[in-house]
Amino acid sequence: MEVQDLEKELSPLQYSLLITKIKGRFGRSVLETSVFRGEITHLVEKDAIADICNFVKRESDMQFNFLSDVLGVDCRSSLSCFEVVYHLYSIKNKMRLRLKIRIKEDETVPSVTSVWRSADFAERETFDMFGIVFDGHPNMKRIYMPEDWEGYPLRKDYPLVGYKDEYNPFGVEKKA
Amino acid sequence: MENTIENSKDELITREVTLNMGPQHPSTHGVMHLILHMQGEKIIKAEPDIGYLHRGMEKIAENLLYAQFVPYTDRLDYLSSMTNNLGYVMAVEKLIGIDIPERGQYVRVIASELSRISSHLLAVGAWGLDLGAITLVLYAFREREMVLDLFEMLCGARLTYNYMKIGGVRGDLPPGFVEKCREFVRLFPKRIDEYEGLLTGNRIWLKRNKGVGVVSAEDAVNLGLTGPSLRGSGVNWDIRKDEPYLVYDRFDFKVTLGENGDCFDRYTCRVGDMRQAARIVDQALDQLPEGPVNADIPEFVAPSRADLTTKMEALIHHFKLISHGFKPPVGEVYVSIEAPKGELGYYVKSDGTEKPFRVKIRAPSFVNLQSVDPMSKGLYFADVVAVISSLDPVFGEVDK
Repeated sequence: MEVQDLEKELSPLQYSLLITKIKGRFGRSVLETSVFRGEITHLVEKDAIADICNFVKRESDMQFNFLSDVLGVDCRSSLSCFEVVYHLYSIKNKMRLRLKIRIKEDETVPSVTSVWRSADFAERETFDMFGIVFDGHPNMKRIYMPEDWEGYPLRKDYPLVGYKDEYNPFGVEKKA
Repeated sequence: MENTIENSKDELITREVTLNMGPQHPSTHGVMHLILHMQGEKIIKAEPDIGYLHRGMEKIAENLLYAQFVPYTDRLDYLSSMTNNLGYVMAVEKLIGIDIPERGQYVRVIASELSRISSHLLAVGAWGLDLGAITLVLYAFREREMVLDLFEMLCGARLTYNYMKIGGVRGDLPPGFVEKCREFVRLFPKRIDEYEGLLTGNRIWLKRNKGVGVVSAEDAVNLGLTGPSLRGSGVNWDIRKDEPYLVYDRFDFKVTLGENGDCFDRYTCRVGDMRQAARIVDQALDQLPEGPVNADIPEFVAPSRADLTTKMEALIHHFKLISHGFKPPVGEVYVSIEAPKGELGYYVKSDGTEKPFRVKIRAPSFVNLQSVDPMSKGLYFADVVAVISSLDPVFGEVDK
């Protein structure tokens, strides 16, 4: 794959703030940076995510004070990992930023609820749908599915029609 | 002196009571289940228990062609289907990198602003109903009926419109629509004056809403509130202004802001939003350009119904799109729009096949619901009803 010329695709302010500054501060933890349709994505190391979030929120010229969403993606088929994606917005600068981490199936992720309280429901939803556990979350339990539900519905190996049980006669037979 | 029971001299022994409010409760706006921990009538903690309407929309999306998911988005926030459609088709259009003609953009603006009016009418009407001002809902539905009639002209449906499609809209404005729409937006501000006459100065309304469910600007942002609920706290953020999509940068409209962040301010923001929406529609009708409404890119955009009966190529493209769909490039996009309830975001990730690899819906009602607890702490039970109404959650969207 050819290397993207990030400087060409972004405005000078975006480039200096969101690429140079973040890479300057967290050079080692930022594994990959890409721009697609004008949206900046930093793939970062799992352990650095809370620090980076704190940094971009507190830094006076960035002020990413709003967390739009946290979500999971099941990439086990292609990259044998889960992705957790964070969408941040700065109300002051009117800029968006996407942070992304990759984790193995049994790994946990540091919670960002201490940075933004709005991460509460979003992280619970990610746990409910993918089984990704967030360390330090005050109330890590299922949000949509019943508490005794088995399996994580948005994983790619979870059947669309669900598993067969007494309430779901048309479901897929569970493998032993 | 604090007039709490613990401080009184009689030493009444009380214990915490847990009350289940909903999921079948008339004032919880759908299947909402609130677990209220109370000391007497005071709320200690309000815990939303959601998921009664969970249908797994995102899972369904992964198993359909891109265009097939549009009708499902109607069922998210079912009071404002147009904006749900809009967010999704805009995300897919961004992913495949196409633009739609100007007239199509204007038609989309008109449809989504009318949708905002109909959503807020129901929000304010039901709010009045919950707090005992039953008159209002009858008036609100009178006007909502006019909006739904307009939608019926536009697409034949009154609730689940499925009007936006990838690359445009399903049909141009029908004859007579512009006149009827104009008549409505000219009449509507007078009707809003009527509502305000009923509520804004009403002493009971003020007592029930002023100073209730207060959330500071900083907390509101931290809690992820968006839309009128955020602007009630005085935070000036409207996606239509700050990241203008479609042709919103061509209209003159004001963003209504509150000061105190209480239920009453969220009410005034909704009323202000309705006034501005009517202004935007009026201006859009003035500026409405001639031309096609759909992008002419047969690879991605389905041909119009009229072309199918006369043009062989259109029929071929139609067949190809319906049976195979299209393959967007590998990548991921996040598009957010200002829906009536707040920031509605769609994250769409493509792996280069005909079906999306992942669709994530950032539903404003879902995120806004987090603030029920901090807002209602320390209030009385009856105020919780006002707090819920002021957030205007719709459960099709909360539960996805």
